[in-house]
Amino acid sequence: MSRNVNINIEHLTRVEGHGNIIVNISDGVIEKCQWQVPEAPRFFESMVRGRHYSEVARITSRICGICSIGHTLASVKASEDALGIVVSEQTFKLRQLLKHAENFDSNVLHVYILAAPDLLGAKSVFPLIKSNADVVKRALSLKRLAHEWGSLIGGRTTHPTTVVPGGFSKVPSRQELKELKNKLLAAIPELDATVETLLSLADKIPVFDRPTEYIALSNDQEYAIYDGQIQSILPDGNKTRYAVSDYLKVSNEYVSEWSTAKYCKNQMASYMVGALARINNNYEQLCPQARQIAEKFGLSGITNNPYMNTIAQLVELVNDVHVSLTLIEQLIESGTEKEPLLEPTRFGKGSGAVEVPRGILFHEYSYDQEGMCTGGNYVIPTNQNHANIQYDFEKLVPELLQQNSTETEMELALEMLVRAYDPCISCSAHYLSVKFVK
Amino acid sequence: MLSPSKPKVAFFDFACCEGCQIELTNYGDSAFLELMQHVEIVEFREAMSEKTNEPIDIACIEGSFTREADRKRLENIRARSKTIISYGQCASTAGINALKNHQNDYKAFVYGQDAHMPHLDSSFAKPISEVIKVDYQIFGCPMNKYEFLDILSHLLHGKEPVIPNYPVCVECKRNETVCRYLAGDHCLGMLARAGCGAPCPADGIPCEACRGFIDNPNQEALEKVLVENGGLSKTRAKERSMMFNANERSDAS
Repeated sequence: MSRNVNINIEHLTRVEGHGNIIVNISDGVIEKCQWQVPEAPRFFESMVRGRHYSEVARITSRICGICSIGHTLASVKASEDALGIVVSEQTFKLRQLLKHAENFDSNVLHVYILAAPDLLGAKSVFPLIKSNADVVKRALSLKRLAHEWGSLIGGRTTHPTTVVPGGFSKVPSRQELKELKNKLLAAIPELDATVETLLSLADKIPVFDRPTEYIALSNDQEYAIYDGQIQSILPDGNKTRYAVSDYLKVSNEYVSEWSTAKYCKNQMASYMVGALARINNNYEQLCPQARQIAEKFGLSGITNNPYMNTIAQLVELVNDVHVSLTLIEQLIESGTEKEPLLEPTRFGKGSGAVEVPRGILFHEYSYDQEGMCTGGNYVIPTNQNHANIQYDFEKLVPELLQQNSTETEMELALEMLVRAYDPCISCSAHYLSVKFVK
Repeated sequence: MLSPSKPKVAFFDFACCEGCQIELTNYGDSAFLELMQHVEIVEFREAMSEKTNEPIDIACIEGSFTREADRKRLENIRARSKTIISYGQCASTAGINALKNHQNDYKAFVYGQDAHMPHLDSSFAKPISEVIKVDYQIFGCPMNKYEFLDILSHLLHGKEPVIPNYPVCVECKRNETVCRYLAGDHCLGMLARAGCGAPCPADGIPCEACRGFIDNPNQEALEKVLVENGGLSKTRAKERSMMFNANERSDAS
């Protein structure tokens, strides 16, 4: 079939950061099909040099406003690894609780504000204020809850203040934790309503299937988001674990002549990170309530449809709340006290990883004997997804062409695909060549 | 209540972490929905697909100017906007982005042999006001979301907003927060522009002057205090004082 299609979406909307989608089809032949990233580079690796270890996370938090808690946690974990600091059980639990707050916060933002308008046939959340007032109200109140939850532990949700190498500069009281517990309990009906809203829209989620490799943090104790090893799962279900310090060997950033951003690959041509990758790797460790929701949407075993990442985020919202309620119970039981910050026991090189909403995030630093940073490196989730998005495009565009999709339908399908990954482009510290096709 | 006369407000972003716009999602339902009664949002890339080429009443710009390629976009925004607010430290002083202004090898350090590639063009990080006329600046990393509402509210009522020009120390005293120096720490509060409510010292960490300095800061005295009372080395005192203020120092590029 001979068709001409010209899609040129510059600065895709409803994603964090700047990305372009370019598709040129001439006489039915796909000449160009690209996911491009023109974000302005910001040079954080360079800016941390010469900084005291207490200042490094304060700077790297500013890599991303949505995942600033995750960047702070990955940063202090990497610094603590480099400085020979092993944090207390209280610090560990509070950080887990903080990490859940961030993932909950960002997943609410993505599910409701960035992704849902497509499913509801709107261009943004603003017209929904009139047409779906209850949904918008619920979104804003869940978002506010996440903000209060994260702020109680981290001081702030955007660029947290209390999270420092060696512990916390301030900890919540038992009373404050009790109040947080009540807020989370009160949110459960709101989450049930969220599940119902998404169930009613589930048939609007495009069907697409491309087996790929999925990578996430994993550990034997729990559904990992704050700590663990790197784990990969292949389409045949085969899992491999790697030490966090081997993150460069797993991510293998490389330059491709026809690509616009640095790509990553491990065992297959590309891999995916994020909520779907976490669920594909660690499904059995979801809390029973979350697993039940997953089953309602047909998420079990390995799911190869990247559009389902939004549903995976919904499942995690439920998991975040129930796991956090348990953590809060434990902290209320043991009581909290301000512990002195742990001091470095050595100065060297170290790495750290956490699961930010968009996937596994790595930080690495080296320090001199004065505790001053001599270099930093970061591998960001969205960068790890760029190649996978590109390969999805290459499978999806011919399929859409086959189905006689109109140019508008193709545009929407591609936009929704990128949005499903919930890319956080400001984060991606490394970029490559960008050419605009006009 | 939709009224055709609601001021049109648009949001734009340049080199930044987009954390200030995330702060806008943290008001909760009542404050946010109330705000929507008074303004019409006509463009906001991260939140909406709708775009506008129409005149804008208030344009809010986040992020720093770091490359010539962005100049036209900024001039276009200026040409169709009555009032421009630069919000957040990246937009208002170039904030943390300006740290690289004091380095000469940042491109090679990060990108190695790819450093010459054209899309990696990044020169000094500058505030938006160096490229176009900015009517109001909202400071902070991140900005204080309530200060944003307050300033917007002043403008909607035709009033001049007041931006504090006194130091964070004043706010710590008001809050009865114990001075970081008494806790054996250091702090930049004595020169840092207030308006944030001084959350950092209250949370047990030093003020980093993320809202920039007050007018005519005595930078030498600050470094002296950091060394003599804060126990920092001379080098670290200098580096510390420029963390968010690389563009405001006397040796700024």
